[in-house]
Amino acid sequence: MIKNGGLVTYEKKNETLLIHVSGEIDHHSAAMVRKSIDDRILAERPERVLLELSSVDFMDSSGLGLIMGRFALVKQYCGTFAVLDPSPAVVRIMKLAGMERMISVLRTKNKIEG
Amino acid sequence: MKNRVDFTAAIENEMEWRLPSLSVNEGVARAGVALFCAQLNPTALELADIKCAVSEAVTNCIVHAYRDTVGEIRITVKLCEGRLVCIEIRDRGCGIADVKQAREPLFTTDSEGERSGMGFTVMESFCDELRVSSREGRGTTVTLLKRLHK
Repeated sequence: MIKNGGLVTYEKKNETLLIHVSGEIDHHSAAMVRKSIDDRILAERPERVLLELSSVDFMDSSGLGLIMGRFALVKQYCGTFAVLDPSPAVVRIMKLAGMERMISVLRTKNKIEG
Repeated sequence: MKNRVDFTAAIENEMEWRLPSLSVNEGVARAGVALFCAQLNPTALELADIKCAVSEAVTNCIVHAYRDTVGEIRITVKLCEGRLVCIEIRDRGCGIADVKQAREPLFTTDSEGERSGMGFTVMESFCDELRVSSREGRGTTVTLLKRLHK
């Protein structure tokens, strides 16, 4: 589980904020991850937010709330939001919820250009 | 349509665990159950299914059953004949008024938080059978049944 903010890291390139989350996302860790991400998004209001989830080993339905909540937050100020390179653990839950119909999912191994 | 699981299979090994309903125990519970089930040599996917279903059930105890209080969560894991895993997660919390409604996808009573309402759907999808019995004011028992590969 994610016990501190150390497993959420950020990269800013031009108007794109790339957020890397790794480890385990459950109800316990989601609260801390949410706070860290929201503080950063609200401070910078980036045009584009990419939530990179390739290193997430475990995610339950609490992760769905985390993704949907950030999508809604970015949408509020007319930014764009996408999930980038979701791990198999993330894809399984997202598919179960039909979330890929609502949220853009990008898959690339290339560096993201802002 | 999933086949119903034989509930009368002989128990080959069993563990019981009591944990306080602290959110940090979500990870502890799923890791502990997975460790106990590992003696049956499940596939990585089966283990991932079990961990996810247990995480959902334990989270429900913390978020819904006990809400702002801390109560006891009792977890029983039975490894039965025929590679059947039976996991019972019991609380003595507030109970569920309408179990049928609670099991519907996207239903949640937590309007202020970011609950997706997908907990029971995940448990149902990742196990062969899910049983929920609840009494308001008395608590809830969730039973997850999963048959492992031969």
